[in-house]
Amino acid sequence: MKTELKNRNIKIDFKHYQSAHCENGVASNLLKHHNINLSEPMIFGIGSGLFFSYMPFIKLNYLPVISFRPLPGMIFKRVAKRLNIKIHRQKFSDSQKSMEMLDKTLARGIPTGCLVGVYHLTYFPTPYRFHFNAHNLIVYGRSNGSYLISDPVMETPVTLLTDELERVRFAKGTYPPKGRMYYIENVPENYDLKNAIVHGIKHTCKDMLTIPIPLFGVKGIRYLANRMKNWPQKLGKKKASNYLGQAVRMLEEIGTGGAGFRFIYAAFLQEAAKILDQDWLNDISKQMTAAGDKWREFAIISGRIIKDRANEQESYENAANILLEVADMEEKIFRQLKNIKLD
Amino acid sequence: MKKKDVPQDDEGLLEGKLREICYAVDDDGKYVAVHSTGWEPKNAALQQAWVGVNNKIESVKNEVVAGKLSPLAYHMEKNIMNVKLLSQYSGIPKRKVRRHMKPGHFNKLDSETLKKYASALNINTEELKTINIAGERK
Repeated sequence: MKTELKNRNIKIDFKHYQSAHCENGVASNLLKHHNINLSEPMIFGIGSGLFFSYMPFIKLNYLPVISFRPLPGMIFKRVAKRLNIKIHRQKFSDSQKSMEMLDKTLARGIPTGCLVGVYHLTYFPTPYRFHFNAHNLIVYGRSNGSYLISDPVMETPVTLLTDELERVRFAKGTYPPKGRMYYIENVPENYDLKNAIVHGIKHTCKDMLTIPIPLFGVKGIRYLANRMKNWPQKLGKKKASNYLGQAVRMLEEIGTGGAGFRFIYAAFLQEAAKILDQDWLNDISKQMTAAGDKWREFAIISGRIIKDRANEQESYENAANILLEVADMEEKIFRQLKNIKLD
Repeated sequence: MKKKDVPQDDEGLLEGKLREICYAVDDDGKYVAVHSTGWEPKNAALQQAWVGVNNKIESVKNEVVAGKLSPLAYHMEKNIMNVKLLSQYSGIPKRKVRRHMKPGHFNKLDSETLKKYASALNINTEELKTINIAGERK
C-alpha cells in the first residue's frame, strides 16, 4: 500500500491564485476550492489580521520583535470559526509518518495546507530565505517524485522534491512547524457573511484600542515612536540603524501587501461597504489608505537613514514623529469603526 | 497608494522568481491587486540584514583560516544558524556542538557525527571539512 501510494501520480484539480500574504492566500484558495469565493482582503478582514505589537524585550536575531499581524495561524482559525467551516489539523513527531499521511490525504483528492519553514524553500528567492517558520503552502498532488505546490506568494504553481518538502515541514528553530498539515473537512451550506465581517471588524478594533498593555495596537505604535527617538543615543549609530531596518522589513516584507497590511485592510473595508450596504465604510477605507501612505512616508525616511543618505530633516526624531501621526490616524479610524453594527 | 505609484524598484532581490502583490487604488478609487518588483526602502532594509550576516560569515572565515575555529563554525554562520539551531537540526547536544567549534575537537570527529552535521547543513562530509565551497549566498 505504502509503495503504491508513493509511486502513484495524483493531480487534484486545484486553481492557484496569487496573494500578498501566505495565510490569507491559503485560506482563500482552499475556500475557493470548496466554492466559497472570498477575496484575500475579505479573509484578512474577517480573520482580524490587522494588528500592531512592539516587544523590545523579546529579540529575534538580536533585534526587537515588531509585528503587524497576530500570531501565525490566527487568521485562518478565526475565519473558519466565523463562517462555521470545519478544518482538520494534524501535527507529527515522525517525519515519515507525516509524509505518509500527506500522501493518503492527497490520494483522497484533498488539497492540503502545510506549515513550513522558509529557509530551505528551494523555489524562493535566496535573499528572502531566513529561518522563518510560519509560511503556508498547499500541496495538491504529486508527479514523478515531485510534489505539486500552490504557494500563494508565488505567481504560478511550483514543485518540491520529496526530501525538500520533508525538510521544510520539519524545519527547526522558533515555532517549529512539526509537519503541521490541515485541510477543510466541510463547509456549511449557508453562512452568515455579514455577521462574520462585523465580528471581524469589532475584534480588530478591540485589538488596536483596548489591550491594557502599552505594547499593542495604537498604544504600541506610540510606544515604538517614543523609544525610537532615543535609539541613536541609547544604541549607537549602527545598532539604531539595524533596529530601524527591522521595522521597515516587518512593515514591507513579502506578504504585507504594502504598509504593514494597511492597504489590504483598506481594500477589505471597501468590499465590506458594499456587502453590508454601509457607505460610511468607504470613507473609513480612505482614511486607512491615508494611514498606509503615512506608514510609507516613515519607510522612505528610514530607508534613507539606513543607507546613510539622510539629510537633516530625515532623523530618527522625524521618523518617530511620523509614527505618532500614524497612531493618531489609526486611533481615529478604529474609534469610528468600533460602532459598526448590522443595519 | 495609487496604482500608478506602486513601486517597481527591481534590485534583483527577488531573483526574477516572482513579483509581489501590492494593494493599490485605481483611477476610480477602487482597490486592485498590482504586481511590484520591489521598493527602494524595503530593498535597503533587506540588504542591510544581509550585510550583517555576511560580515559575520567573513569574520568567522578569518578565524577558521587562523586555526581558531573549525570549519563547522563557518558552515553554521553560512546557514545563518547559531549553536542552538544547529543542535536542533543535527540532534547533537549544544554542549558538544560548542566543543566541535574548536579545530582540535572537530578534527577528531567520527564519520557518524560528521554525517549528522553534513545532513543538518545540507552538504556532504567532504564539503563540511573545508571552507571553500562554490556558490556563496548573497
